[in-house]
Amino acid sequence: MNMLSEGRPTKQEDNLIMPDSTEPKTFTGNRALMVDEPLIFEIGSPDRSGVDLPEAPEVESRLGGLDRKTPIAVPGISEAEMVRHYTRLSRQNYAIDVGLFPLGSCTMKHNPRLNEKMARLKGFADIHPLQPVESVQGALGVINELAVWLIKLTGMHGVAMTPKAGAHGELCGILCIRAALEARGDAREVILVPESAHGTNPATAAFAGYKVEDIPANSDGRVDLEALKKRLGPDVAGVMITNPNTCGLFEPDMKAISDAVHAAGGFVYCDGANFNAIVGKVRPGDLGVDAMHINLHKTFSTPHGGGGPGSGPVVLSEALSPYGPLPFTARDADGHFRLIEEETADEDHPDSFGRMSAFHGQMGMFTRALTYILSHGADGLKQVAEDAVLNANYILRSLEDILDAPFAKSGPCMHEALFSDKGFANGLTTLDLAKGMIDEGYHPMTMYFPLVVHGAMLVEPTETESKAAIDQFIGAFRSVAGRAKAGDELLKTAPHFAPRHRLDETQAARKPVLVWTEPEDFAEAAE
Amino acid sequence: MRYLPLTPDDRQSMLAKIGAQSVDDLFVDVPEEARLTGPIHGLPMHAGEMAVEAHMKALAKKNHAAGDMPFFLGAGAYRHHVPASVDHIIQRGEFLTAYTPYQPEIAQGTLQTLFEFQTQVARLFGVDVANASMYDGSTACWEAITMARRVTKRSKAILSSGLHPHYVSVAKTMAKFTKDNLSYDAPTLDAATDGKSLLDQIDDDTSCVVVQYPDILGRIADLSELAAKAKTHKALLIAVVTEPVALGAITSPGEMGADIVVGEGQSIGVGLQFGGPYVGLFGCKEKYLRQMPGRLCGETVDAEGKRGFVLTLSTREQHIRREKATSNICTNSGLCALAFTAHMTLLGEKGLRQLAMLNHGKAVQAADRLSAIPGVKLVNKSFFNEFTLVLDKDARPIVRALADQRILAGVSLGRLYPQEDALAHGLIVAVTETVSDDDVEALATALEGALA
Repeated sequence: MNMLSEGRPTKQEDNLIMPDSTEPKTFTGNRALMVDEPLIFEIGSPDRSGVDLPEAPEVESRLGGLDRKTPIAVPGISEAEMVRHYTRLSRQNYAIDVGLFPLGSCTMKHNPRLNEKMARLKGFADIHPLQPVESVQGALGVINELAVWLIKLTGMHGVAMTPKAGAHGELCGILCIRAALEARGDAREVILVPESAHGTNPATAAFAGYKVEDIPANSDGRVDLEALKKRLGPDVAGVMITNPNTCGLFEPDMKAISDAVHAAGGFVYCDGANFNAIVGKVRPGDLGVDAMHINLHKTFSTPHGGGGPGSGPVVLSEALSPYGPLPFTARDADGHFRLIEEETADEDHPDSFGRMSAFHGQMGMFTRALTYILSHGADGLKQVAEDAVLNANYILRSLEDILDAPFAKSGPCMHEALFSDKGFANGLTTLDLAKGMIDEGYHPMTMYFPLVVHGAMLVEPTETESKAAIDQFIGAFRSVAGRAKAGDELLKTAPHFAPRHRLDETQAARKPVLVWTEPEDFAEAAE
Repeated sequence: MRYLPLTPDDRQSMLAKIGAQSVDDLFVDVPEEARLTGPIHGLPMHAGEMAVEAHMKALAKKNHAAGDMPFFLGAGAYRHHVPASVDHIIQRGEFLTAYTPYQPEIAQGTLQTLFEFQTQVARLFGVDVANASMYDGSTACWEAITMARRVTKRSKAILSSGLHPHYVSVAKTMAKFTKDNLSYDAPTLDAATDGKSLLDQIDDDTSCVVVQYPDILGRIADLSELAAKAKTHKALLIAVVTEPVALGAITSPGEMGADIVVGEGQSIGVGLQFGGPYVGLFGCKEKYLRQMPGRLCGETVDAEGKRGFVLTLSTREQHIRREKATSNICTNSGLCALAFTAHMTLLGEKGLRQLAMLNHGKAVQAADRLSAIPGVKLVNKSFFNEFTLVLDKDARPIVRALADQRILAGVSLGRLYPQEDALAHGLIVAVTETVSDDDVEALATALEGALA
């Protein structure tokens, strides 16, 4: 059975009707390794299963009279079919393992497999979060060791390990700021965020009850220090600044910004999404930062997994550390680890703003990140930042003659190179170029972000690409950019060679279909 | 360094192309006084695979792995057998090392899987729609409370005493900042849940009632009356499921009228991992769809009319809506959602029902055996695979002592409710398919010894 028009299983003969194509037709509609796969709801059935379980003991039910009477209607399939189903689906995905993944601001670097192996050690993978503390000393040791690394790499005072992802970390940092202000009886209402910030920044500040105002930028793509200073005052709780910023530039005035914000009684939140560019080279603590989240899935190579799980520990200054969330670990002089939870918080951590999630944070990500950090060591991490920045600048200088690079004249970039769509032929867009890159065998760069640059294209190669891989990428990018400038109409319908052509996102949003429902003619079509 | 492909020659030729003398020229924007010259002092240098592995293994060995001893912990995280093929699938590089599917033409694998996940979750919960996952159960629970506030334009949330205390803690933390008004009391060691008291509290100011099902003590109560009462007051009923395997045996919250159902999906496909990463489940009635937080995967067609999937309704999300977004959540728990879906696809309805009845049968046998011990009483009349015992001594030191004897006896209520003296003798015991009769006997013998 295959998918065809109308998004429903169709009779095989329909595949033979491809009016405009000169390509040979196949009976199945598939093309060699490019194979469509139905949904499990179309291949499985509720009375089949891919597990063999022992008989349940005969007992009198104690389910409170609520025994399930209706069907659940989730199909099962054999293990053989399950493995093939998801393997086939996996082959419709682009991934770092498949090729260079230049998604700016997302830091798609190689995910070492030793990380995976270590996370699966039974002493980490098979322990319960509420086991007695004496039975999980090694786990608390991992959290503590990673915490020490993060503190030293950032030059900060403390770290909150529990936030579940970057945006959760942002929330943690902003709540620390709010708690610190409330503790001194200072009700401030405004958080300043640059227009170029990732959308999570304003969303986080608003979620924490703040009004969000823009920080003005100068023509170099950086914070306008003088304009910022003018806006600071007794109503400003703090600023959220991404550094290196989303234009791929370091904020040279960061220390002056911090000093000005502190002098006005506010706090400095730094979005650490781009920490990969400066790890081992600069410590945010030396620049006056009060709180910064670190995406372990970016800088420290834990897998992105198709959209999570992330992990977003937040390093904190001395002023904010007392307010960090529960629980966290503490190491006694004799090397024994304690867990500071609600129970002991009153003695050890009375000002904590509370708990942000159940249990202890993303332990499975901690083991992976620590494994990565120990592999690189202090010297290797410095090399990571240097190679990431070198690769990005190499791309910037290799493309700036063909693509507009709005901030290239002001000096080097950090870990990502930013281009605009200036000079594209009429009707051709950044989206078209991106889709053209798909046909060349690449995942496209980040598109239309940051918002401050028209048709933005943000390219982040990371440090785990070879020169040969980058040269090939540059060649492809130059070719597609040239086509965009020359007005190649074929780009408008790209990608041509991907598992799908452009998808109708308008239809998806207008009439959302979020779950599979059995079509009326399903039984007939499946025959 | 084994993860870094550039050679010294590569670096030189690339610097030449850039027109820089050294890599430090690329860091000119960093003020000189902030630039570090050498590796950060006091941290170890790089290490090979063997050395790192030895270090990590030494740490892992200091933990009592659940599989190495009789194990009875639950209370929001459950030890179930995860078939080998599930872990194989999530280690496929095309899933493991993919990003959020922002380019749908080359991310149909992730997207179709998310669509399967959403459908499975919605059917399991008995609701119309589900999202593509949240961080975990506790954060999903809080997001549900904020969603109810958006839907009802009210801020009074009534939390059942049977709600997991960590979930309550998360909600209380957030409510301090959002000014939501939460009512909550710690549970009591009765066979009946607090349903009656919740019914009395619902009024025209109520945004939502939040009820865990089965609750923290393992008790199971019908939610229909609460749903009906909430409806008359235009409030929402939020059901929280921390053990989704239970829904293979008991009526789904959606069938009983819950408006929003959230849960912790860890039980299906995701191991214990000391508490994370897990996978938050989130479903609701279709009429509240546009107030739902988190990513959504939707069906559509491509330019040739072929079915395909995309992330959709992103106009609710932070990257479009910025400060007006329904939630600040960006990353979800994609890989854990894949594990959930792969495991659920193996189980199917038949396997899930068998698994649920196996859990229940074993739990009933264990409850009978343990409550026959002198000095032990069973709180529950109803339960699925988890029940609460009241010992005639403080349970927490007993749990610690038994751990030293390599028996992980359960979760003491003293650990979960340190401030509640009335609960100190309570012990939550979970019994899944991984528990053997010998394990139960070992726990019973040890408890007899500890209480003698």
